[in-house]
Amino acid sequence: MEQVFYTLQDFMVHTKGITYLIMGGLLAALPLFWLFLTGRDEKNKTF
Amino acid sequence: MGLQDTIKNRLSNNELIKNSLMKSNLINNPLINKIEWTPLNIITAIILFVGFILTIARFFGGLGTVTNLDDNNPWGLWIGFDLLCGVALAAGGYVTSSACYIFGLKRYHSAVRPAILTAFLGYALVVFALNYDVGRPWRLPYPIFYSPGTSSLLFEVGLCVFLYLNVLFIEFTPAAFEWLGLKKIRNFVVGLTMLLTIFGVVLSTLHQSSLGALFLIAPSKLHPLWYSGYLPVYFFISSMFAGMSMVIFEGSLAHKYLHHKMDETHLSESDGVVLGFSKAASFVMMGYLGIKLIGLSIDNNWHHLFTSWGLWFLFELIGFVALPAFIYAVAAREKNVKLARVASILGVLGIILNRLNISLVAFNWQLPLDQRYFPSWMEIAISVFVVTVGIVAYRLITAYMPILYEHPNYKHGDDSKNKHGHQED
Repeated sequence: MEQVFYTLQDFMVHTKGITYLIMGGLLAALPLFWLFLTGRDEKNKTF
Repeated sequence: MGLQDTIKNRLSNNELIKNSLMKSNLINNPLINKIEWTPLNIITAIILFVGFILTIARFFGGLGTVTNLDDNNPWGLWIGFDLLCGVALAAGGYVTSSACYIFGLKRYHSAVRPAILTAFLGYALVVFALNYDVGRPWRLPYPIFYSPGTSSLLFEVGLCVFLYLNVLFIEFTPAAFEWLGLKKIRNFVVGLTMLLTIFGVVLSTLHQSSLGALFLIAPSKLHPLWYSGYLPVYFFISSMFAGMSMVIFEGSLAHKYLHHKMDETHLSESDGVVLGFSKAASFVMMGYLGIKLIGLSIDNNWHHLFTSWGLWFLFELIGFVALPAFIYAVAAREKNVKLARVASILGVLGIILNRLNISLVAFNWQLPLDQRYFPSWMEIAISVFVVTVGIVAYRLITAYMPILYEHPNYKHGDDSKNKHGHQED
């Protein structure tokens, strides 16, 4: 159900709060996905 | 390698050079030898004939004769499909050339020419199809040279497409010059490769995003699930994996139907191109999925997901972004080229679905059904005609010019500038 917001402040705090949580999740998920993607690549020594 | 293998290789190389010379020589290989009336060619001829008749109808009878456009829906299939999808799917040009020349991934070099050709034809057909929508082709230069509307996004799109079409044309010309045997001018243009690539990336960044920004003006018309302040970013990011998917898709078609035109380099590098682009497309798609999620969250549109529009939105996002991203990832991990080709089909269909959703399906979503736009059969036929013209042009050019093979006179050993456009270290 759609949440009712009475002020713009309420709306921003709510949506930004959830967005930051999602961004945190993405920051963790994308490197893991990269590891999955490159998991079977031949390891090239860079040193 | 044994002596026998070496001899076999030498012989096949000689044969290849001979074939390449034959292919590149207009005199030995006249433009139209003999048209074979295969079922595919007959269908092509019918499409071209019907398209020609409808072209006359459109330009002599006006938009009303052939389209279902009205004041509510002034942009129809020709903008939604021919222009928006055409530009997105032609992004393979800037993606491939920047991967090869700017990021130095030379192993993708054999994919550059086919990608540039596809992009050039794509943009040329976008301009061609735009004439059907705008009308009065002789006034096409007006917005650029006579009355530039510098405050309009359409002006920016027009200017970028105009400039980028020229850039793509120049990037394509070395193949034509090799075919014509104009070595000096060919070497001069090849020397401009890096400059043209950078120019191409800048122009693509500008107009791919601006095409999305066009819809920012219509927040009340576009469904909230598709409308977002991030539309320009969505369009630009999605153009990257659209371009990569198109390069894989076009490469697999060329591999199947134009296999005989490819030389050893193209054949040996093609799997690497497919797998490399799969990996890149997969990661970009996941990033795109992430920013779509952020857009959904920042506008607090979650409640729309539980409507029929929400299901359609999720169908697009899960079926044509998340799924191909996952298939691409598995293909890249398992080194499975076939799987990557399946994902590329989904990727291409996904970008078409996305652009059609934004420009047609979710546009004017509040209007009653009888006032909604549905393209007439003639609009669809003209779009099919435009795509067919592109396919015919692609086949014709690849039949004569060194696109899918290296011209024997300009092979890597000839001069290092020839192959990569700048001195190799």
